[in-house]
Amino acid sequence: MILLNSLYGKMLRIRSIEERIAARYPQQQMRCPIHLSIGQEAVAVGVSACLNASDKVYSTHRAHAHYLAKGGNLNRLIAELYGKASGCTSGRGGSMHLTDLDCGFMASTAIVANSIPLAVGHALHQQLTRSQSITVSYFGDGAIEEGAFYESVNFAVLKSLPVLFICENNFYSVYSPLSVRQAKNRSISGFVKAFGLPSIEVDGNDVELVYEAIVTAVESIKSGKGPVFIEFKTYRHREHCGPSFDDDLNYRPQQEIEEWKQKDPLVMSRAKLAQHDMMSEKEYKDLLSRINLEIDTAFELAMSDSFPLESNNQRNLYAE
Amino acid sequence: MQNNTTFAKQVSLAQHEAMKSDPSMICMGLGIDDPKAIFGTTEGLSESFGCERVFDIPTAENAMTGVGIGAAIAGTRVLMTHQRVDFFLLALDQLVNNAAKWSYMFNGKMKVPLTIRLIIGRGWGQGPTHQQSLQSWFAHIPGLKVVVPSLTDNVGQLLYQSIMDDNPTIFLEHRWLHNQECKLENIMPFRQQGERTLELRSGKDVTVITNSYLSIEALKAADELAKVGISLNILEVNQLHDVNWEPIESSILRTGYCIVTDIGHASYSISSEIAFQVTRRCFSQLKAPPVRLALPNYPEPTSFALTKNYYITASKIIDSVTEILGVTQIERVLEVGIHDIPGDWFKGPF
Repeated sequence: MILLNSLYGKMLRIRSIEERIAARYPQQQMRCPIHLSIGQEAVAVGVSACLNASDKVYSTHRAHAHYLAKGGNLNRLIAELYGKASGCTSGRGGSMHLTDLDCGFMASTAIVANSIPLAVGHALHQQLTRSQSITVSYFGDGAIEEGAFYESVNFAVLKSLPVLFICENNFYSVYSPLSVRQAKNRSISGFVKAFGLPSIEVDGNDVELVYEAIVTAVESIKSGKGPVFIEFKTYRHREHCGPSFDDDLNYRPQQEIEEWKQKDPLVMSRAKLAQHDMMSEKEYKDLLSRINLEIDTAFELAMSDSFPLESNNQRNLYAE
Repeated sequence: MQNNTTFAKQVSLAQHEAMKSDPSMICMGLGIDDPKAIFGTTEGLSESFGCERVFDIPTAENAMTGVGIGAAIAGTRVLMTHQRVDFFLLALDQLVNNAAKWSYMFNGKMKVPLTIRLIIGRGWGQGPTHQQSLQSWFAHIPGLKVVVPSLTDNVGQLLYQSIMDDNPTIFLEHRWLHNQECKLENIMPFRQQGERTLELRSGKDVTVITNSYLSIEALKAADELAKVGISLNILEVNQLHDVNWEPIESSILRTGYCIVTDIGHASYSISSEIAFQVTRRCFSQLKAPPVRLALPNYPEPTSFALTKNYYITASKIIDSVTEILGVTQIERVLEVGIHDIPGDWFKGPF
């Protein structure tokens, strides 16, 4: 339960950060596409709680939660969204290309399934150097339809690489539901198992279940047994790209949206904490005000920071 | 022939040297340790360095390129080899969106010490999808290095330097060069940076800019033209991402004429870019517009009968030189071999 308390705090922090981003986005000063993780925080928090700083993470276009949960610097994230000099890539990459090497968050990339091979390559390096660390590869249900996914899993199994494949299945690729993309009633984790690696499906909105599954997976990978695949079913509350809700477009059934609101990871965790008297209203308010203070600072720093110099635009095209 | 060495042998030696220089380095590719050792270019690598550092891979060009990039970002020096350029096209997402962008996109926080050897086929009915010379594509992408060797003399130097460079490099070898020989004493030292624009033949009448196999054809043309008192200044451009224009400019200052040859298609190409640069840089010195000698704007057909005039040859270079100089009726003694093989040693199939 102490664990849940801590995991909840991390989820609340990420939720609050992204809600602030959503609130500020219409001011038109964060001028890059953003893909918010609101509703999907339990996976990122549960996964990262089982990793240490030397473990590496590769992520996708929807990377804010993965970055923050792994320990990515908040001020640098917000500055990056504003295209400012102190951003994590000084305005080169924006929301879809985050990095914080100090905490092991290698990179996020924007093309579907595109970072999966990179994670496997990092795991190959870890194996070659006899490292005790692992690499996590995050991707969504859309990536399961890309060749790069199959090619990557095949190689990881072939070489028994220390890589943890995390599929966040939120059922939609932009507006396209699974039903128009994958065979009816087919289980993603079910057919991935045929590659010859442990492959399970876990409720991605129950942060304790996420944590337990990852503890077991990381232990298995670190003992040299090769890659593990976990499919987490979860749901994004807001639009694919942008700060708003887009339920008026009716591409998702209203009932489905409502059901997932009930299953929201923060709602469920907070209810459980309340039930066990683990977090008083005062504790919650204190926690939230600490978080908000941190967010206020990040936005103030980003707003007051200068833009990177256009005269440096040619730099770093090649490594020196 | 004990004092001779071949292009393939030098390619192999450069890899051996690089593997010795950097103990973190790995070599991977389909068939890299098979009995034919990729036209002999990977001979002895797995025996010398073990199967953990030199290994065959799944038939998965895209993800395996990404694996190479990921390992390189993590700190492993990586060399990948593909037996044909055409198959590598499956990997363009990883090459263009990741390898080429990485240093820039992450503002220099990471680098990609990855070299990708791609072999260009030709002749013997290689046809539409086994012979494409796509260096213009690669050179169009900022962040890539594109190296195109033509001589046994410096292929090892160029490959060694490419591998040791901390940037993603496309290294394009022409299949017809692998058996080319030269004297051991001509080999340029691997550990020295070579000339990016290398003078292969001095001359005063026409500047000929070449790359890859066309350097060989240009040298044949020069030998022939020398007999009638015409001299070609042949300049090999071997690094397409960063051409050294100075030797080209000073050559055209002397000759006033420029022929640009390229093994790829002429349209929207390296030959177009070089011709444009020559025009811009040497406008007042040119006595005639630069000439492009490159492939026509249709794919290579397969049939022996249909490919007779497809490629640029020494003979076509001679025609072009005599035309721009206004020389007529020169005596032709050029021995023309069979058009779809580089020499008697080549018996197919690829």
